[in-house]
Amino acid sequence: MCLAVPLKLIEIHGNDAIGDAMGVQRKIRVDFIPEPKIGDYVIVHAGFAIERLPEQQALEDLESWGELDEALR
Amino acid sequence: MKPSAEQLLAAIRGLPLPKVRLMEVCGTHTMAIAEAGIRSLLPENVKLLSGPGCPVCVTPAEVIDAVLTLAMEKNLILASYGDMIRVPGSIPGDSLQRRRALGADVRVCYSPMDALDIAEANPAKEVVFLGVGFETTAPGTAAAVLSAAERGLSNFSVWSMLKTVEPALRALMAMDGFNVQGFLCPGHVATILGEEGFRFLPQDYGMPAVISGFEPEDILLAVYKLLRQIADGAPKVENEYTRAVRPEGNPLAKAVMAKCFTPRRDLWRGLGEIPQSGLGLREELAAFDAEKKFGVEIPGPAKTACRCGEVITGRMDPTGCPLFGSRCTPEDPVGPCMVSSEGACAAWYKYSDQ
Repeated sequence: MCLAVPLKLIEIHGNDAIGDAMGVQRKIRVDFIPEPKIGDYVIVHAGFAIERLPEQQALEDLESWGELDEALR
Repeated sequence: MKPSAEQLLAAIRGLPLPKVRLMEVCGTHTMAIAEAGIRSLLPENVKLLSGPGCPVCVTPAEVIDAVLTLAMEKNLILASYGDMIRVPGSIPGDSLQRRRALGADVRVCYSPMDALDIAEANPAKEVVFLGVGFETTAPGTAAAVLSAAERGLSNFSVWSMLKTVEPALRALMAMDGFNVQGFLCPGHVATILGEEGFRFLPQDYGMPAVISGFEPEDILLAVYKLLRQIADGAPKVENEYTRAVRPEGNPLAKAVMAKCFTPRRDLWRGLGEIPQSGLGLREELAAFDAEKKFGVEIPGPAKTACRCGEVITGRMDPTGCPLFGSRCTPEDPVGPCMVSSEGACAAWYKYSDQ
């Protein structure tokens, strides 16, 4: 139940949307995502998108990995 | 460049630390840690415990008994996430699965919205959705209730067993013999609550807290950060899962949750009754409250030899339970920790990496 999967939004109709993960499509709700757009990646939990995965934050994550890498040298 | 698991482990081994016990409180962490064999990779002085993070595991047997009774009502469809179907109540083997064989109409849902569709398709029947989980499933359950109200679906109701993490962690830390030096905080609960949802840990308890994602490297990095905080004597909330967790969490989800639910006392397996730890439906939504609609009564505490309660409070390893692996297996489980794939016992049994 607590397995959250990242899906890509391929259709949006109000709060209903279709998410795709490697060709597998699923009906989901996007009530909790402000201004969802086609192509957004979202984390889906029990049928509801609970957060967008923004590219910038993903990049920041990589930076933080980099910092640790430095510390380990 | 991302450090490898080997580099992270080397960094962890390099920290001068006495024995420390760290606890995760998320079923997905339980599974990920067991699957990747992380316990066997960590140095001996670092012990990882599974706390009360698996939603079905924290539901007491007597509540399951009441669910089983409700499932037998005529003209009633019980809709639930799959995890609940095989969880036995106080009588071993007596589960929703067994009740279904006895004629109960039990449906498995992936989303609470599925239960709404079932209600719409079956206007002559009552549909009760079992709302199980923490802050991650609560917003979706709330959206389903509000949507039912909008659509005027009078044959739909929710039995909310939803729980919140903070009161449980506070109760856990107040227990005699509590011996944990840091929390690996649940990434998806934090997606909703934000970093701010875990500030009480360092502020009120001086407890190190790191919000973690679910890849083995995420978990190792979070463990490293926890150990670092312990070594430095500087407890704080750190967010290792910044790709999904914002400082303030998800305000839309929090708002919908608050519109539907209000905190109330709740029963937890292993922790007992905790004030303000459950989410009950608001008074104005009473028409969608299955407990009120069907006069649900929870029987007295059930007697069981299952030690799940001690396992999920960090007082016992799964192997310490006399039933583990003999009387209680994933094929024939006695307790919820062995039923759910997110349960500490099931994960321990399946991967036997300990």
